[in-house]
Amino acid sequence: MSDVKTEESLRPAPTAPAPGGGTPGTLGLLVQAVRGNLRQYGMLVALALIVVLFQFWTDGILLKPLNVTNLIQQNSYILILAIGMMIVIIAGHIDLSVGSLAAFVGAAAAVMMAKDHISWPVALVAALLIGAAAGAWQGFWIAYIGIPSFIVTLAGMLLFRGGTQILLQGQSVAPFPKGFQKISSGFLPEVGPQTNYHNLTLLLGLAVLAVSLLQEVRGRRQAQRHGLEPLPVGLFLAKCAAITAAVVVFTLLLASYHGFPIVLLILGVLLVAFGYLMRNSILGRHTYAIGGNQAAAKLSGVKSKRVVFLVFVNMGVLAALAGMVYAARLNAGTPNAGINFELEAIAAAFIGGASASGGVGTVFGAIVGGLVLGVLNNGMSLVGIGTDYQQVIKGLVLLAAVGFDVWNKRKSGS
Amino acid sequence: MAGPVLEMRSISKSFPGVKALSDVNLTVAPGEVHAICGENGAGKSTLMKVLSGVHPHGSYDGEILFEGEPCAFKDIRASEHRGIVIIHQELALVPYLSIAENIFLGNEHSRRGIIDWNRALGHAKELLARVGLPEHPQTRVADIGVGKQQLVEIAKALAKQVKLLILDEPTAALNDEDSRKLLDLILEFKAQGISCIIISHKLNEIARVADAVTILRDGRTIETIQVGEEGIAEDRIIRGMVGRDLDHRFPEREPYTGEDAGEIAFAIDDWTVFHPIDQHRKVVDGVSINVRRGEIAGIAGLMGAGRTELAMSVFGRSYGRYAGGRVELNGTEIRTRTVPEAIKHGLAYVTEDRKHFGLNLMDSIGRNISLSALGKVSKRGIVDEYAESRVAESYRKSMNIKAPSIFAATGKLSGGNQQKVVLSKWIFSAPEVLILDEPTRGIDVGAKHEIYTVIGELAAQGKAILMISSELPELLGMCDRVYTMAEGRLTGEVQRADATQESLMRLMTRGKAPDIEQGTTE
Repeated sequence: MSDVKTEESLRPAPTAPAPGGGTPGTLGLLVQAVRGNLRQYGMLVALALIVVLFQFWTDGILLKPLNVTNLIQQNSYILILAIGMMIVIIAGHIDLSVGSLAAFVGAAAAVMMAKDHISWPVALVAALLIGAAAGAWQGFWIAYIGIPSFIVTLAGMLLFRGGTQILLQGQSVAPFPKGFQKISSGFLPEVGPQTNYHNLTLLLGLAVLAVSLLQEVRGRRQAQRHGLEPLPVGLFLAKCAAITAAVVVFTLLLASYHGFPIVLLILGVLLVAFGYLMRNSILGRHTYAIGGNQAAAKLSGVKSKRVVFLVFVNMGVLAALAGMVYAARLNAGTPNAGINFELEAIAAAFIGGASASGGVGTVFGAIVGGLVLGVLNNGMSLVGIGTDYQQVIKGLVLLAAVGFDVWNKRKSGS
Repeated sequence: MAGPVLEMRSISKSFPGVKALSDVNLTVAPGEVHAICGENGAGKSTLMKVLSGVHPHGSYDGEILFEGEPCAFKDIRASEHRGIVIIHQELALVPYLSIAENIFLGNEHSRRGIIDWNRALGHAKELLARVGLPEHPQTRVADIGVGKQQLVEIAKALAKQVKLLILDEPTAALNDEDSRKLLDLILEFKAQGISCIIISHKLNEIARVADAVTILRDGRTIETIQVGEEGIAEDRIIRGMVGRDLDHRFPEREPYTGEDAGEIAFAIDDWTVFHPIDQHRKVVDGVSINVRRGEIAGIAGLMGAGRTELAMSVFGRSYGRYAGGRVELNGTEIRTRTVPEAIKHGLAYVTEDRKHFGLNLMDSIGRNISLSALGKVSKRGIVDEYAESRVAESYRKSMNIKAPSIFAATGKLSGGNQQKVVLSKWIFSAPEVLILDEPTRGIDVGAKHEIYTVIGELAAQGKAILMISSELPELLGMCDRVYTMAEGRLTGEVQRADATQESLMRLMTRGKAPDIEQGTTE
């Protein structure tokens, strides 16, 4: 829009920040950043610990290429939901209907493809639109009429579950076209000469590595250009090395099995896109502002009703996507799909750093929280812990994660 | 007559950084209605909190004698046990419980934990008759008006065998009719021997019911005046209330010299607003004011005058129910029905309550500053964080915001620095008209001076500034012109040269007399 510099003249002689000055020392910044996001960093460390623990406990099965691929495919739909749920919670709301909505959309897609023989790309788009419409329905009541989201989405939970059963008449509807199934269980195609690895996955890994390193360098240059103090060279190189190691190991793991799962591609795109939107877009900013202090946001000119409405439309679309990934994985639309998905997604968001009062959290955190739950599920199943004890442990983890955060906040006196 | 029913001797009370009360004395005779007067922040409410045990014994200095015996209340229950009951400005009733349930809340007629409803309802009926409220005891409190709710509060006090009733601005939320009834009731209680302390700034009200008036200013007792046959000494009360020390000087202001100097930039015309819940209560009543380019116009008024309500309802209808009025910018009518609309037309409102309405305390200084004008640091809906940081950094320097960095959360800052962030936010939105609501409330003297300087600079740049304040010296020190409001109406407009604290206070206390018919109230 208009140029910032002209507006600075509003205040008499505002001095521009001196290059390199005006910011505290690097270490100070680092400490500040870590302290500010202790929950998120804490959960990342906890995730790493859980992975290492189960890696030993399962005699290395956890990180076998086959199991890593399974882990991704098993948890993909919860992770998709967790992204949307995190945004809903940041805005200060909750959505209990996503499991039912996922089932409903999966059922609608099943009916369209298996009974009406509509081609799968058309059905896919139609299903996403149904999700958006359902989200708009709920968003309307919440944002414009002012009914608490807990009530509206509780009603939605019943509504969409009932709708699912009506659509399917109590039976599973199957099968789906091959193309549709690939959304969940497919891999990037095999190309090029015979190596022991999946070629396209290697290429993709290389591309991801290049782009992320390029981003790091660009960010560093930009920071320097804007007179902000960048990380010291040593730390910067260490960070780049860590990124490289993570990408290389993960790529090799995937490439030595069937390759790069298509659903991981979807997840990656969602993570990058929503992470960027929440961090850098005006809409994202407004979402945080509403969750942080709705009255202040309104008095600052934020159109809070519209933002809340859009947040729920978005949740509807993501729930639809999750529903189709799940249906594709089962290769059927079933009346009992998606039960308890909402609870898993909410738990993932809170483990990943959301605050019950809103205004706090990141999309990345939602993914970390979802992975903590996913690895726990997978690892405990591998070592033969029954689902009864699994639930107890997951409950305790959720309580401990949020409890730690509350305790930490009280200690720091905020 | 026996000795006084209440004696408070040299009461002092400090909060971190503030001395709220110092050496305050108050004596109330039996069966007396004793009024306490003072400006906002003079210490009236704090004194009553000390008396009722909200601030427990030990947290203040001095002694309290009730019916001749020293008291050491550790909480409200202890003072109520002795028969001292306080009714706060904001009523403390549970809306979805019945009148009877509210009257006996915490004080139930019960046997071994089981409530005896027959006794409770019978007793409630009796109490309602005493306060003259013809409602069934099982009516929900939410279903009766504010005036009647006030009576329920009083019935509740009677149920506790009240000997000394404390009313904090009891008529602030009531209409004329209900106010009159309430004052009559106070006189009736007086006849029954119940003493009463009433905090009020409506002089006509005090004249009608009070036997004595104690004036507080800056946490000190100024004097206690007995009300004689000839009525109250209005001048003396007003002189006592004002005359705050000029504890800080005001920066020299350069006049605005643009060619449109002196032109009316902003005008509010015949603005009326109803209370959001109480449908029949006019909170702002036909107010018309204007501000010239480069001018600082003040609005003075006591609690309940409707100043903040006027400002917020003009700024995007953020308060109450709009019931008429126009807003003009440079002579043309503008629409300010939503906050974005108001901002678009160059209005800015700096709230009196920065914690609740001004800042996202969880978020950083930089993000708070950019919030109301994010478009200016964005391209196609994407925020340029570097541009944003540059803007925030420049304000941190120019406004002298003391913080480790622009990434620090605003919740960790001191009041003065928080206020600077809120001001920065609105200055960044490049307004033509700034409405500043208590811009220096609760901040230290140094920060005050810095904020005065900024306000002066803004005026010198040709902005029109409307400044709401409860501190008369501040208005006299900063404003070119001061409007006064009382009970939702404009009661005066005074040029700086003619304004004194006394003349303003006289206009600020000029309420509608509850015992005099005002002809038509449109």
